[in-house]
Amino acid sequence: MCRHVWPTLGLALLVTSAVAAPSAARQAELLNLLRQDCGACHGLTLKGGLGPALLPSALDGKPAAFLAATILHGRPGTPMPPWRPFLSDSEVAWLVRQLQEGVQ
Amino acid sequence: MKMSVCACSLREIIGMRGLLLTLGLATILLPGMAADLPCALRGTGDLGLVVERASGSLREIETSGNRELGRIEGLGDLSHASIVYSRDARYGYVFGRDGGLTQVDLLTRRIVKRIIQSGNSIGGAISQDGRLVAVSNYEPGGVRVFDAATLEPLADIPATYADGSKRSKVVGLVDAPGNRFVFSLWDAGEIWIADLADPRHPQLTKFKDIGRQPYDALITPDGRHYLAGLFGEDGLALLDLWHLEAGVRRVLPDYGKGEQRLPVYKMPHLEGWAVAGTRAFVPAVGLHEVRVIDTQTWQPAGRIPVQGQPVFVMARPDGRQVWVNFAFPDNDRIQVIDTETLRIAKTLTPGKGVLHMEFEPRGEEVWVSVRDADRVQVYATDSFELRAELPATKPSGIFLTARAHKIGL
Repeated sequence: MCRHVWPTLGLALLVTSAVAAPSAARQAELLNLLRQDCGACHGLTLKGGLGPALLPSALDGKPAAFLAATILHGRPGTPMPPWRPFLSDSEVAWLVRQLQEGVQ
Repeated sequence: MKMSVCACSLREIIGMRGLLLTLGLATILLPGMAADLPCALRGTGDLGLVVERASGSLREIETSGNRELGRIEGLGDLSHASIVYSRDARYGYVFGRDGGLTQVDLLTRRIVKRIIQSGNSIGGAISQDGRLVAVSNYEPGGVRVFDAATLEPLADIPATYADGSKRSKVVGLVDAPGNRFVFSLWDAGEIWIADLADPRHPQLTKFKDIGRQPYDALITPDGRHYLAGLFGEDGLALLDLWHLEAGVRRVLPDYGKGEQRLPVYKMPHLEGWAVAGTRAFVPAVGLHEVRVIDTQTWQPAGRIPVQGQPVFVMARPDGRQVWVNFAFPDNDRIQVIDTETLRIAKTLTPGKGVLHMEFEPRGEEVWVSVRDADRVQVYATDSFELRAELPATKPSGIFLTARAHKIGL
């Protein structure tokens, strides 16, 4: 049980604590990744495709830690891959905030 | 009126007018004259459209001069957009992610008609007789059929499954001989054939349990075999349209079994048929590999290691080469396979975001979209020399009008 709880809790702390935001240049890269590469499955405007919609309304009620864990570790049994090799915890936390607030 | 059918660019008309003026002829170019200018008449066989997916626009290109002719705007959300052509190769039908179906005129470079036919769509096809355009939809899951001339809706085929309580996303929609459309149900694991002999009353034939999560499909150029790639398990599902009674069978079911699949950062595409002699080339899912199938026996005939997870595996029209592009993070390169030796003949690095490749009809050149460089490149396929480079905003799919006369494209 503890084995399952602790990593999630750790993530929750990570996401909610004030982590350093990525640099402006990195933010631009991350937004490009979000639109172009996440967009390959979730749609360029994130309204959904083979993967579900990632608009704020669709994510409403889903905890930030859950979203961060999905991005970092993927979802076994679905096509969602883990992005851990390409993204740091703070970058994922920043991306989750963008998704929740809505990407312009 | 005549102006509207003139293919001249404004610059060409002004240029012509300027020439006449310098000759001392006080000429005013009347609209009616435009169609009488030599440039007003042209074929469309060497034209094509490049999708600029982020800006909802198209660039019209001409392969004879490797140049751009103009831009068409206002097509909505073009992520994952694809295009089929009318049989006279004058009109393109653009299928957009936002459910938009847009008919564009290659001669006037204008939108003829645009409808939003669903909430979320993935692709489409044009019927054998050229009279019907079908669109496959994610939301609501199913296929809708329209009159190619008017875009009037003719038939709605909901992709229902599990006693009709659920609707599946539809992928791999192709046209097949007999004015039929064939498609796969991602969530349901089914392949359906819709016979549109009577366009308002499609007759459906359904094949169930064809495999988990068919992600895309193709039909062979002779229109006989429909092959769906499976994401949820190993292998491909094969349907012989000449022998429906034989049902769907599995190809390469144990191929790669027990091997650790890598995470997939972009779904592979099955488009057209990469075939050379009796060998077919298909992308492996989750592996850095292209798989070879013997099309006589449908048995494995080799596996070719490549530098990333293949997305498109496309044969040059003469079958001598197969060009492969890759999923993130290896999407900056292309590898060319020699189909005789099954070795890599060349590795090109056009830049980040190589999304699509389209061969000219006889294969001497290939068009490549390089998303992050905002460029479309044209390579000679024998020397691999870069022949031309054109600006395009975040280009994705490239579609030449030669597709108008090919089954399944």
